[in-house]
Amino acid sequence: MKARLRTNFRGAPAGRPEIGMSGSNTQDIAWNREALPPGPAQDAVVKGITGEIEEKGFVIANLDKVVNWARTGSLWPMTFGLACCAVPMIHAYMARYDLDRFGIIPRGSPRQSDVMIVAGTLTNKMAPALRKVYDQMSEPRWVISMGSCANGGGYYHYSYAVVRGCDRVVPVDVYVPGCPPTAEALVYGILQLQKKIRRTGTILRG
Amino acid sequence: MHELGATIAAAAGPAVQEVFVERGQELVLRATREMILPLMAMLRDDPRFAFEQLVDLCGVDYPERAERFEVVYNLLSLSLNQRVRIIVSTDEATPVPSIASIWVAATWYERECWDMYGVVFAGLTDLRRLLTDYGFEGHPLRKDFPLTGHVEVRYDEEQKRVVYEPVALTQDFRNFDFLSPWEGMTTLPGDEKVHLVRAERGQIEGPKA
Ligand code: SF4
Repeated sequence: MKARLRTNFRGAPAGRPEIGMSGSNTQDIAWNREALPPGPAQDAVVKGITGEIEEKGFVIANLDKVVNWARTGSLWPMTFGLACCAVPMIHAYMARYDLDRFGIIPRGSPRQSDVMIVAGTLTNKMAPALRKVYDQMSEPRWVISMGSCANGGGYYHYSYAVVRGCDRVVPVDVYVPGCPPTAEALVYGILQLQKKIRRTGTILRG
Repeated sequence: MHELGATIAAAAGPAVQEVFVERGQELVLRATREMILPLMAMLRDDPRFAFEQLVDLCGVDYPERAERFEVVYNLLSLSLNQRVRIIVSTDEATPVPSIASIWVAATWYERECWDMYGVVFAGLTDLRRLLTDYGFEGHPLRKDFPLTGHVEVRYDEEQKRVVYEPVALTQDFRNFDFLSPWEGMTTLPGDEKVHLVRAERGQIEGPKA
């Protein structure tokens, strides 16, 4: 909790209140870089926030930052393991790389998911189903294309049965290269997506 | 193994055309297409053979032959620990009797064989495609089927659905020659003698099997 507070809420000192929803076009896009290292300065901020909550019962922060924080902190992926790439994806979920610590919990239902990880070979037969699942996901939604097959057909580029890249069917945000990409590569791709959300995410629909 | 082949051939009579042992360890029978059903029933039920299991059924395409397809059955006897392979041949139009009544497992295999090669199985109640796309046309494992097929899919923003289109490759299929320039060059300048010696040795020892 401490870490979250540190990176996301800057305590608003008295006399300089920040007004919600005003910060979307200000220059502080990379606000997460302003994180304070642990130490007296951070403690002071945390103490300030705690004091404010105790006094007034609320904190003021930029609403879209809070929303982005919530979105990046709970990216629930739609599990779409189509072929061998699903195995490194599972590795990334499991104890060693432990995507749970990023708030990433695989879902079995498109209604609950924010991001679809297309892990594997997308065949012609599967394409309508993939699109249907994508359409059923609620906004805002993102797509990570994992592996050569999903990126551009891979080995099967000239096959009669394979879609030459899943971006022919759904819009893709992050491409993770490799055949298969390692679990680390997928984790890195997810972190890139979080970065993208922080930069471009707004509450308003684009 | 040769004994088993001879016993089967004797028991089956004209249903078996040819018996041979491949690579010293695989018993292969060529069978007549029309008599495959009684032959298979005998192989399963005769206690000398007891092939309880159909391990695999597949097709092979030889476009240059008059009967271009072969259907290959691999049988396994768990109780007697023996295996046999049975081959029948057919063409596009002539149906092969379905053995799904003998081994139920054959249903999917025969559907797959129909899907991939277009071999018709007589008496198979469920002759649908198994693996390829819904509404797929053609039989992709035939040698004359183009590698990239005929259609490809993409999502159409206006129609809001995935549409089929004729294949348009952005980059043509390329065959790579993975030989390095050194390996690819058959005779390096100055190496002629080596090749001559090799050729001579080849003539003495005869071509490798
Ligand atoms: S990219 Fe490689 S590992 Fe991934 S699905 Fe394709 S063939 Fe399998």
